[in-house]
Order: sequence, then C-alpha cells, then structure tokens
Amino acid sequence: MQRFEGTSNYVATDDLKVAVNAAVLLRRPLLVKGEPGTGKTVLAHEIAKAVNAPLIEWNIKSTTKAQQGLYEYDAVARLRDGQLGDERVHDISNYIKKGKLWEAFTSPQLPVLLIDEIDKADIEFPNDLLQELDRMSFDVYETKERIAAQERPIVVITSNNEKELPDAFLRRCFFHYIKFPDRETMQAIIDVHFPGIQKTLVSKAMEIFYEVREVPGLKKKPSTSELLDWLKLLLNEDMPLDVLQNRDPAKAIPPLHGALLKNEQDVMLFERLAFMARRQS
Amino acid sequence: MFFNFIDELRSAGIQASFKEHLVLLEALDKDVIEQTPEQFYYLSRAIFVKDEGLLDKFDQVFNKVFKGILTDYGQNPVDIPEEWLKAVAEKFLTPEEMEAIKSLGSWEEIMETLKKRLEEQQKRHQGGNKWVGTGGTSPYGNAGYNPEGVRIGGESKHKRALKVWEKREFQNLDNTRELGTRNIKVALRRLRRFAREGNPDELDLEGTIEGTAKQGWLDIRMRAERKNAVKVLLFLDVGGSMDPFIKLVEELFSAATTEFKNLEFFYFHNCLYEGVWKDNKRRWSERTNTWDILHKYGHDYKVIFVGDAAMSPYEITHPGGSVEHFNEEAGSVWLQRVAHVYPATVWMNPVPEKQWGYSQSTKVIKEMVGGNMFPLTLDGLDGAMRELTRKKH
Repeated sequence: MQRFEGTSNYVATDDLKVAVNAAVLLRRPLLVKGEPGTGKTVLAHEIAKAVNAPLIEWNIKSTTKAQQGLYEYDAVARLRDGQLGDERVHDISNYIKKGKLWEAFTSPQLPVLLIDEIDKADIEFPNDLLQELDRMSFDVYETKERIAAQERPIVVITSNNEKELPDAFLRRCFFHYIKFPDRETMQAIIDVHFPGIQKTLVSKAMEIFYEVREVPGLKKKPSTSELLDWLKLLLNEDMPLDVLQNRDPAKAIPPLHGALLKNEQDVMLFERLAFMARRQS
Repeated sequence: MFFNFIDELRSAGIQASFKEHLVLLEALDKDVIEQTPEQFYYLSRAIFVKDEGLLDKFDQVFNKVFKGILTDYGQNPVDIPEEWLKAVAEKFLTPEEMEAIKSLGSWEEIMETLKKRLEEQQKRHQGGNKWVGTGGTSPYGNAGYNPEGVRIGGESKHKRALKVWEKREFQNLDNTRELGTRNIKVALRRLRRFAREGNPDELDLEGTIEGTAKQGWLDIRMRAERKNAVKVLLFLDVGGSMDPFIKLVEELFSAATTEFKNLEFFYFHNCLYEGVWKDNKRRWSERTNTWDILHKYGHDYKVIFVGDAAMSPYEITHPGGSVEHFNEEAGSVWLQRVAHVYPATVWMNPVPEKQWGYSQSTKVIKEMVGGNMFPLTLDGLDGAMRELTRKKH
C-alpha cells in the first residue's frame, strides 16, 4: 500500500501523515478532530484519492442509529407485498437494505469508509459500533447470515468536539487533532488552492485574517475554509490591493467580512472596535 | 519496551492501556514510520492521546521520559554506546545480520566510525546523541542500527524534531476546555427518562404486524414517539455576586432549554423566598408565589438551583434576612419546603469547589439540599445529573 503524503490539493503536515499511515497500515479507525473548517472531511476524500480507493460516506445526523449503518429490515414493504400477494414476500432478504458498513465490508475494491461527524449522533452510537468496527463483521439476524470484511476497510471518523466518546471506542482508534495551521502551512494551503495568486495580496489578507482570529471575544473564529472563501471573494471582486494595505483603524471591519464573520454578534463586536478606534483618534 | 513511558503517561492522567501499548509495538514492528524521533513522537501521540486537551501533557511526558534517558547517556556519549550497543545488537540481530554487519568491517571499526559521528554530531547540534540514547533502549534503537548504515548518525532532522514536542504547541488547549453548550448538553443528556407521551404519530411496527396477522387485513397501529419525559424546574440566582458567572449560566440555560422539553425556570436573588420571577425586567411587578410552584409542579419534577450560595448567613436562617425586602419566613424554611416536595434537588455552584469552605452560607445551603451541591463544571454537572437520575422521583 502506498504511503499517504498529502495530495496535489491537500497539504498534510508530518504528524498527520504519520497518523494516517499508521491507521492505513494497521487498519484501525482514524479519529480526526479539530476546529470546524480545518479539513477533517476533506481528509477522507484525499486519503481515498491517494490510495486509489472508492470512498463510502456515512454522514451522521442526530437521528442516525448504529443499526442503519449495518442494514435495515423494511418490514412495512414486506407487509404491503404480503397484502398484495407478491412472490418476493417469501424471501426475507428482498427486504434487507444494506447499510454503509455492509457496503464497505463487501466492496470488491478496498474502500475508505468515512463516518462523518460521529458526535452528532446519540451518545450511545459509538458504543453500538464497537464490535462491528473491531471485528469488521456483523450478523444479519433476519437471514442468519454473517457479513464479514474480506479485508479490513480504511475507516476515517470525524468528530467536532464530543467529550463523551467512550473510552472503549477511543482505545481502538488512532487519534489526530488537526490543529489550526500556522502561517507557513496556511501559505502552502493557499498556494495549493490559488496557484499564481499575488503574493502581496495573500500576505496582507493573511495578516488581517490572523488579526481577526486574535480578537478576543469572538464567538466563532474564522478557519481555513473561511480564509479560502474570503480570498476567492477578494479575487472575484477584484479588490484593489490598497484597500487591504492602507487599512484605517477606524474601519476595523475587513472588506467583504461576510466570508470571515459568520455571526452578527461578531460583526457587532468589530463595529464596536471600529467605533472605539474612531473615538480615540 | 517503553514500560516506563506508559507508567509516566498514566501518572500524568493519560489513560494509556495495554491495548495502546500493543498497538505501538505492532506499528513499530510493521515499520509504519521512518526511524526518526519526530516520527516516533507523532506515532506514539496518535496512539496514546485521544483528546486534544491531553496533547500538552503528552508533550511534557514525552520530553520528560526521553530526556531522562538522554541525560544518562548524553553527558559522555563516548563511554556508553560501545558495549551497550553491542549487547543490544547481539540480543536483537540474527547471526546472519551480525555477519552482514561484520562484512562492512570489524566491529571495532564500525563502532569507531559511529563514535566519531556521534561526537561530530554533538558538536554540531545537541539533538543527535540524545537520539541514540533514546533509541538504544527500544526495538526502535535496534532498528536504527542496521546493516544499511549507522543511521543513528542521521541527517540534521534531529534538532528540529526535538523542538516539536518542546514547543508545546497545544498548551492552550490544555485545561481550557470551557463548558461549551455542546458539552453541557452531553452532560445534561444523562438526565433522561424515556416515555411515550402525547399524540400517536409514529408507526408501531410490531403492533401493526401483530394486528395484521390477527385480523387478516392491514391494521395500521400508531403510537406516540419516545421522548425524554424528564421534567425539570430550574431556579437561577441573578444579580450581585452572580455577575461574574453570567456567561457560564447563560450557556447552561441555553443548553438546558434545548435539552429538556419540560423545563420551567424561575429567577431568585441570593436565596429562595416566598416569591420568584420569570422576567428580570419585571421582577417586582410580576412575581410568582413560591407556594404556587410547589403546588403546581408534581413531585416527579427534578429541581436544579444555580447560584453561588455566597451571602450573609442571616439571609438564609432569619426571617427578614433578605437584602431586598422583608421576608416573613426565613430562606431556610423555603429551601426545606422545596427539598421536601422534590426529593430530586441539586444545587449547582459556579464558584470553584475549593472556595466553598470559606463561606458559611455555602455550607448551610449545602446541608439544606442534602449535601447535593455540585460545582458548575462538566464533572460537577455529570455528578449532579447522576444524582438526579438516581432518585426515583
């Protein structure tokens, strides 16, 4: 298996590479945490691309049950067919719907399974998947069939910030916390996304961006994805460089701030800061 | 291997178990990483740390454990490695491998070059020799010494590698985990009692199948959705000494309102008396009589007080003790009434637990609620919710 070294449009730090390679080689789930917008979900896509494997995505919602990842038995359809005298009704397997785990276990080619935002589900959810992820097999009670993975799939699990992931679950995972990128890494990320972008524009924008992040009391700090969006906007709007360069402290709000500040309280905060700066001068 | 490391991790509060240890050995065995200290650090971190709050602790432990070995061997690198590396090599290398090494020259010659490299390296930067000392005690060190060349001499990565954990980049993640609403909600979720109440709007599959089988035609049965039916009364202290905790209480309040469908909340000041209010702007004009609350909400309600419990003891124990008005009956009488009507009563105190002992009133109130006073932290909230669930009513 090829080692994961980041891809042409994903910048992976050394520690991330080690964690990914360890998880891929030992076939243990990789649990990825980090601030929203630091590329947790994208990571799974890139791993799939790097090892040339199909990606199976399982997006978790608050209503998702562990069982749905294995299979679902559509009793209502069977009941209906029973009423209508359909022949299919005699074979129960016609009414078993495969879940994402089943799909991953029986995939002809070794897949990458992404369990996205596991913390959104009920607190019991990870516990319910312990055995399945550990042994990579499960039983279908309706048909008395055992579904087992030929080869353990690569599993990537993302979590936003759930304290309560159970210990037993964590013991089975490799863990990586994507820390907010430093300027060097951020520069590399920008280079990957906007090749040929004006250096001065980027460095100015990054300065402003990190300044914004450091404002105390922000409800939601802008993250990598917001910076990328903002740069895209600045480029699209053809924002003249001097708007960024000659920033007047009385105008504390950066241009096109909608991409950076996602919360009206934060915008208010900036307006207040601008007001204070004006009063001082 | 690395038992010392595991012990240190555990004593630092990182729950490293045998399982993780085996994973680490397996990973080393399968050559998941290149043999650099940096990579070893990343690998062990991915294995042992499962919570970003512990990353900084891990960095410190890693530094401590591997630095300890470094000072032992690091002072005088010329003395130690020879016999010691030889012993290690004999222990781990197969005879064939030993032969392969010998073919490169005599053992002494190799050792001599190795020594030279180590010395050079020490002059160039301090990272190098440390790495040898570290590696020596591990299978990792054995891997470092192999026929392919005394990689121990290594390139210049070492110094940078050491810095990675010495930088302690995750310092600000440690111990700063605030009680975000998300975490509060998770803690509050402990307090659940599922019941089917309300409109039947969910298909009762089993009932339908059974009914259909009995009757011979499709007999759809519906039932009410399974919901958290726990009922909560929340009493919040406002004003005065509670001001520093506004944000914390705000978060608890917003989490509680989304988590509990049957939630009633009331405000009070310092201590509970005969009247409470629902709107702080109209606290004098629209008051609710505390008796009415006791009568209206059944015994099965769970009561959570949130307050700092810091006041003059007279405000609790004496009629007329309130700082705001003349109260006919002492606060303690009201607290006892509530605790009597609602067996499941807890008091959440935003003041750190260490400081409770300095306040007489805190002790008195703690006694009033049957000792069930908890600090307003995640652990405290967890404990409080367990206490509330434990009580039948």
